Amino acid sequence: MAQTLYDKLWDAHLVKQRDDGTALIYIDRHLLHEVTSPQAFEGLRLAGRKPWRISANLATPDHNVPTTVKERAQGVSGIEDETSRIQVQTLDDNCEEFGITEFKINDPRQGIVHVVGPEQGATLPGMTLVCGDSHTATHGAFAALAHGVGTSEVEHVLATQCLIQRKMKNLLIQVDGKLQKGVTAKDIVLAVIGEIGTAGGTGYAMEFAGSAIADLSMEGRMTICNMAIEAGARVGLVGCDQTTIDYVEGRPFAPKGKDWDMAVEWWKTLHSDADAKFDKVVKLDAAAIEPQVSWGTSPEMVGSVNSLVPDPAKAGDENLRKSWESALKYMGLKANQAITDIKLDRVFIGSCTNSRIEDLRAAAEVAKGRKVSPTLMQALVVPGSGLVKKQAEDEGLDKIFIEAGFEWREPGCSMCLAMNADKLGQGEHCASTSNRNFEGRQGYGGRTHLVSPAMAAAAAIAGHFVDVREWS
Amino acid sequence: MQKFTQLNGLVAPLDRANVDTDLIIPKQFLKSIKRTGFGPNLFDELRYLDEGFPGQDVTNRPLNQDFVLNKPRYQNSEVLLSRANFGCGSSREHAPWALVDYGFRAIIAPSFADIFFNNAPKNGLLLIQLDDAIIDRLFNEVEATEGYRLLVDLPAQTVTTPSGEVLSFEMDQFRKHCLIEGLDDIGLTLKDAADIKAYEEARAKVTPWIFA
Ligand code: SF4
Repeated sequence: MAQTLYDKLWDAHLVKQRDDGTALIYIDRHLLHEVTSPQAFEGLRLAGRKPWRISANLATPDHNVPTTVKERAQGVSGIEDETSRIQVQTLDDNCEEFGITEFKINDPRQGIVHVVGPEQGATLPGMTLVCGDSHTATHGAFAALAHGVGTSEVEHVLATQCLIQRKMKNLLIQVDGKLQKGVTAKDIVLAVIGEIGTAGGTGYAMEFAGSAIADLSMEGRMTICNMAIEAGARVGLVGCDQTTIDYVEGRPFAPKGKDWDMAVEWWKTLHSDADAKFDKVVKLDAAAIEPQVSWGTSPEMVGSVNSLVPDPAKAGDENLRKSWESALKYMGLKANQAITDIKLDRVFIGSCTNSRIEDLRAAAEVAKGRKVSPTLMQALVVPGSGLVKKQAEDEGLDKIFIEAGFEWREPGCSMCLAMNADKLGQGEHCASTSNRNFEGRQGYGGRTHLVSPAMAAAAAIAGHFVDVREWS
Repeated sequence: MQKFTQLNGLVAPLDRANVDTDLIIPKQFLKSIKRTGFGPNLFDELRYLDEGFPGQDVTNRPLNQDFVLNKPRYQNSEVLLSRANFGCGSSREHAPWALVDYGFRAIIAPSFADIFFNNAPKNGLLLIQLDDAIIDRLFNEVEATEGYRLLVDLPAQTVTTPSGEVLSFEMDQFRKHCLIEGLDDIGLTLKDAADIKAYEEARAKVTPWIFA
């Protein structure tokens, strides 16, 4: 029978189907970071349990590592914030105690867990992969079944290498056609969320397919799957093709020799069958997508850079009107105001959505030979990992950014959720390449606008939003 | 884990859709390495007028008197009534920990985000999904009636209003069983250790690189 990619991955990892409708699913790879793991290790210790398969685990601190050279210079002991320091130290201690491989704070391979996994080849097609972080959906770009879990499930995976799951439904997002120049993967996924809403994917595994997705690099596919969770879907997926295989080949954790040949043969089957049945299908025309900017406090509150901030009076129903009104109030915006008139205080280029080499190249291309607007307080570029940082420096991107007036930082989550010192002040507007514009996400009272790296760089230079297509 | 069977709890109405996990417990409180102590910072940005810090004594912070949980009539509420897509956003289990630590035992909403839906019952927090129209009515009743309580009966899968109206809700049987018995699902899964080992042996022949 014709199967979807999700069906195939599910079947390959089914340990046991139980009578009550739940299933025991085997987990191939488990990624860990400092925020959601301490209580899981503690639980393991209290119950006298050991990790089931130690080699399945890979850890790195990312959420609250500082990103300035000064603070990073002394390693963990240099982290000024005491609670952050304890959390990073606790990850080190736990990994040591249980024998888990960890890329520590100043290891060149350290970085945001969702950048590190793929970069190392620790994320492979056909795997089941989980992490105590909702943006684990990122790894689905490799035709892997990947999703975020809570801390109880982190402990469950550590102890049993399995999760108790129920099968999700299948949702297909079909994006065909050619993107306009200056329009990127980030704009596709923001447009999708604008279309189906933040709960549109709830209960589904969301597969992205179509010619526009096939044309994307692995970096672009990761950006798209990363934000599946912002559309409510725990799982984002893209089928495996030559682009996937080429990306994986030669990476440190990737299979070698005979195993590689065997793997590739299987990986080539990891796509939905032509006549597979999906429970829901949504179609988008890539050519019609314009650069996107979010104006509200939920990723679904998004529109074209050339549109106006919506008018709550025109909202379809009462609940929607109320949520638009409260979003506009929080964001300090007026109904019918042009998006391009929103003045910015800071710009953040980074996060697991957009901190890979391709993202930095796109931003640098816009920044080259230009200057950050003097009206801006800060423009940050935070590479996703030590290796991305090194590659960018080898290509001279750091110089382009610094000359333009951006700050060039050490890798980590940084201003995506502001658990370290990088944050917005109250009422400040930020063009951010991250994935969430929730109230307070980037700092107490801070106002986030989600955009692509090219749009963020252009906004940094103009001091307000501009249509980057006019610059290319 | 605390067992859940029946509860006759005071209801607090949080009239807001898409209540996200950043709102439930802001990130600065995720730095704790414990599972408890998050209650005073539940909905921190809505509850207080200033910015909160971990480890701070909250007793002297300025309260936002307009926020529902600060109103005298909703003190010691155990049931939270809210709108669609409750718990969206991150996978942080600190969200259910904070709700439970504050004293909530059940949340009633038209829909919940997937990861939160998974996390909550593992911490003894019952999630009850009811139709939009019923939720609208409950909001009206709660706001109109001081001291409004709902009788939640998990074994019977019902919620009974003060007027005696009985509303049924759907429930996954596995989660129901774990909640009623207060069971730790790691222990349950480890009963299947032989199946897990057998799976690994068979799989090592097909995808040896996973087990290298
Ligand atoms: S970059 Fe942001 S979204 Fe990604 S893992 Fe870090 S905090 Fe989470």
